[in-house]
Amino acid sequence: MTDASWETLSNQAVAAAGVVYFLALMAHLVQWASLRKLPADEEVSDGRTAMAGRLAVLLTAVAVLVHAVALAARGMAADPNRVPWGNMYEFTLSGTFVVALLYLVLLRRFDLEWMGPLVVAFVLSLMMVAVIWLYSPVAPLTEALYSPWLVIHVVSAVIATGAFTLGGICSVLYLLKERSTKERGYLARVPELKSLDRLSYRMHSFGFPVWTFAVLITGPIWAHQAWSSYWNWDPKEVWAFITWVVYAAYLHARATVGWKGRNAAYVALVGLATLWFNFIGINFFSTSSQHSYAAPAVVEPGPAAAVEASAQVPLPPVPGPPAPPSS
Amino acid sequence: MSTHSSGDDRQAQPMPTDMNARELVRWSWRQLTSMRTALVLLLLLALAAIPGSVIPQDDVDALAVGRWKDAHPDLAPIYAKLGLFSVYDSPWFSAIYILLMISLVGCILPRSAVYWRALRARPPRAPRNLSRLPEHASYTTDQGVDDVLAAAATELRRRRYRVEVREGAVSAEKGYLREAGNLLFHLSVLVVLVGFAVGGLFGFKAGVIVVVGNGWSNNPTQYDEFVPGSLFGADDLDGFSVEVDDFDITWLTDGPAKGQARKFVSHLDYTTADGDTGTYDLRVNHPLSIDDTEVFLIGHGYAPVVTIKDGNGDVAYSGPTIFLPTGPTFESFGVIKAPDARPGQVALEGTFYPTFALGDGAPRSVFGDAVNPLMSLFVYTGDLGLDEGGSQSVYVLDKSDATQLMKDDGQPLRLDMRPGDTVELPDGLGTVTFEGLQRWNKLQVSETPGKLVALAGVVLALVGLLGSLFIRPRRTWVRARAEGGATVVDVAALDRSNGGDPDRGAAELAAIMDTLRAGSGDAGSTTKEDS
Ligand code: HEM
Repeated sequence: MTDASWETLSNQAVAAAGVVYFLALMAHLVQWASLRKLPADEEVSDGRTAMAGRLAVLLTAVAVLVHAVALAARGMAADPNRVPWGNMYEFTLSGTFVVALLYLVLLRRFDLEWMGPLVVAFVLSLMMVAVIWLYSPVAPLTEALYSPWLVIHVVSAVIATGAFTLGGICSVLYLLKERSTKERGYLARVPELKSLDRLSYRMHSFGFPVWTFAVLITGPIWAHQAWSSYWNWDPKEVWAFITWVVYAAYLHARATVGWKGRNAAYVALVGLATLWFNFIGINFFSTSSQHSYAAPAVVEPGPAAAVEASAQVPLPPVPGPPAPPSS
Repeated sequence: MSTHSSGDDRQAQPMPTDMNARELVRWSWRQLTSMRTALVLLLLLALAAIPGSVIPQDDVDALAVGRWKDAHPDLAPIYAKLGLFSVYDSPWFSAIYILLMISLVGCILPRSAVYWRALRARPPRAPRNLSRLPEHASYTTDQGVDDVLAAAATELRRRRYRVEVREGAVSAEKGYLREAGNLLFHLSVLVVLVGFAVGGLFGFKAGVIVVVGNGWSNNPTQYDEFVPGSLFGADDLDGFSVEVDDFDITWLTDGPAKGQARKFVSHLDYTTADGDTGTYDLRVNHPLSIDDTEVFLIGHGYAPVVTIKDGNGDVAYSGPTIFLPTGPTFESFGVIKAPDARPGQVALEGTFYPTFALGDGAPRSVFGDAVNPLMSLFVYTGDLGLDEGGSQSVYVLDKSDATQLMKDDGQPLRLDMRPGDTVELPDGLGTVTFEGLQRWNKLQVSETPGKLVALAGVVLALVGLLGSLFIRPRRTWVRARAEGGATVVDVAALDRSNGGDPDRGAAELAAIMDTLRAGSGDAGSTTKEDS
C-alpha cells in the first residue's frame, strides 16, 4: 500500500469509528431511557434493556478496534513510518483511543457499565473536534521529534490523561449524585458515593505516578537532550507542573479528614481542568511555548534582537500534546 | 490504633486563647506542619505558578519581555516590582515553596521517628471484640485452640504477614513498606530541589554563533552570551575547543512538510583540556559531552560573504557576515559595517533571500535552501558610531549620525545582488562584491551540575510513590477460644490503605478462612458471618 492509501484508510477508519461510537451512544441511550422508568435497585439482566446495554458495549469495542486501525494507518502513512502522535489531530485521536480502551479494559473489573454513555459521548465529541478543527494531513515530524522519547514520553502522558479523565468523570458524578435526591434515573443508578470516591481515587492514584513519569522524568530527559535545559519553565512545562501539584493536593485532600469526598472531588476537577487546558488552551494563550510547531523564532531587528534571537532549530512539540502546526 | 501512616495524626487545631510564648511557637509549628497546611500550600504553589505561563519570562524569552514592556509602559514597572517577569525566582514564589519544604521537613521527621518505632514494634494486640471490625468472620471447630492458632500463624506468615501469637490470639500485620515509600517520596522531593538548585547555582549556559569552518574555545570571552550561575567560577570551565568542520542539511522539497529542514548535522572536531581530540556529528537530540560540559546544536542560518573595497581601492571589509533568519523560509536580516573605509565609512543593511521570489509584488524568500539566493541591501555612510569605543551589537546599525545613500529620483539606493555580483557605490565610496555564501550554526553550551541528583531524586520519588500508593497495609487477627467443648475461631481484618479495594480484602479474608477450615477437617459445624 502506498502512503497515500494508508492515509485514506486512516481517514475512513476515523469516520467509521465515529459512526460506530455514535451507534454505541444510541444503544446506551435506549438502555438508559428504559432504565429510567425502573426503581434504581431493580437489576435488569435480560430483555431489551439489557440487550441494548450489551450491544452498546459490543459496539464500543468494535469502535475501539476501528479506532486502532485509524491510528495504525496514520503511522503507516508517514514517511518514514512513525508513531501516530505528531500533531494535535493525532494526539487527540490517540488520547481518545486510550480513554475508550481504558474504559473497556477496566469495565469488568470495576463494573463500569454505567460510565459507558459518558465515556462514549466524551470520546465521540473530542473525535469530532479533532476531525473538524484539528485535522492536518500526514507530515513528517520536525527534526527534534525523532527521538525514542517521543514514544515513551507521549505514551505515558496519554495514559495518565486517560486515567485522570476517567477519574474526573467519577468525581463529576460524585458531586452530582451528592446533590441529587432522585430515586430513579441515571444518577440513582450510578454506584453509591463511597464507591465513586474510591473509584475516582484509584483512577487518580494510577494516573499520578504515570504522570510523574511522563512529566518529571521523561520530559526533562528529552528536554535536556533537545534544548540543553531539562526544565525551562516553558508554559507547557509550567502547566504540566501545575497539574502535578494539583493532583498531589488531591491525594493529600483525600488523606485529610474532612476533605475526603466532596472537597477532594473539587480538587480532582481543578486538576482535570488544568490538564485539558494545558492540552488545548495553552496553545492559544501562549506564543512563546517551545512545545509548538511554531516555525523558527522570528527575529525582530532591534537592539534586543541580538544573538539570543537567532533562528532556532524548530524544536520538539512535547511533552504532553503538541500544539497545532502554525502554518 | 497507631496512626503512623494516616494523615490525620497532625491536624490543624483552632488557636487556643491563652498561651504563653512557648506554647504559641509550638502551636504555630503544629499548624505549619499539619496536613491541611501542606494541602493549602500545594494549591497556592499551583496558583502562583500560573502568571509565569502568561506573562513573558526573562529567563525564557527576554525578547518577549522587552516587547511586552514596550507595549505596556504603564504596567511594566509595577509588574517588574512584583517580580512578574521572573516569577520562579521571585520572593513570593520562593516563599511558598520554602514554607512547603519547611512544612515537609517538619512533617517527615516526626513521621520517620514514629515509623522507626513502628517498624520494630510487635503487631498490635487483638481488639477485645473482633466482631466489631469491618471485616470479620467466625467458625466453630473441634480442633484444639493451640492447633488453630498455630495453623493461623503459618497461614498468615505464608501471606507475608509479620505474626505474633499471644494471649489466645494471633496478631498479624503487613504492608510496612507503604509508609517507607511515603517517606521516601517526600524526602526525594527535597533531593530534587537540591539538584535543581545546584544546577542553577554552579552551572552556566552560553551561546555562540559560529560560521562553518571556524571554531571557538570554552571561554566566556568567546561566547555571544554567557549566563553563569551565581556561584559559578570561570576557573570551573572545562578547557576545550571545538571547530565546526562542516554542516549538512536536507530540505524537503515535496510533501506536506515541504520546505522543512531535515537532518541537520554539524560535523565537529574538538580538543579536550587534556589534549585528546575527537570528532562528533552533532545533531538535534544528540548533544556532545566533553567532560562536564555539553554542546547542543540549536540553530543555523546563512552568512553571506561580502567584500567592500573603499574609494581608495583598499579592502575595508571582507568575510562572512551572520544574517539572522526572520522566518521559516530563512529570509534573513543583517548588517555589514566597514568603519575603516575611506573616504567615508560604509555600512550595508538589508535582507538575504535564500530562494528569492516576487510574491504579491513584494520580494520574499519562498524556501529555506539557497536555490535562488539574492541579497537586497541599503547603503549608509557617515559616522557609524563605532569610533566612540562603546560596544555595539554587530546585528544593529546605529543610524543616528549616518546618512542613507539615495538615488537621483529620491528613492533609497538598493543593491540587489546575487553571488558573484559586484556593484559600484556612488560618490566614489568604492565597490561591494557578493562573493558567496557560508552557513553558520548556533551552539548552546552548558554545564548543569546536579542534574543526575535531580534525576535520581525523581526516580526515587516515583519508587516511593508506587510503594505509598499500592502497598496495602493490613492487620489481621485470629482468636480461638474454647467454648462448650468446641473451639470458636474469630478472624478479623483491618485494611489501612487509602483506597483499598474492599473486594480484595474480603477475598483474602475468605481465603484465610477456607485454609483454616480445610485444615481443621471439620467444616460441618461452622457458622460463618460476614459483615
Ligand atoms: C512538596 C510537597 C509535597 C508533595 C508534592 C506531596 C505529595 C504527596 C503525595 C503525592 C502523596 C500521596 C501518596 C499517598 O497517598 O500515600 C502524599 C501523601 C502524604 N503526604 Fe505529602 N506531599 C508534600 C508535602 C507534604 C507535607 C508538607 C506533609 C506534612 C504535613 C505531607 C504529608 C503527607 C502524608 C501524611 C501523606 C500520606 C497520606 C496518606 O495517609 O495517604 N506531605 N504526599
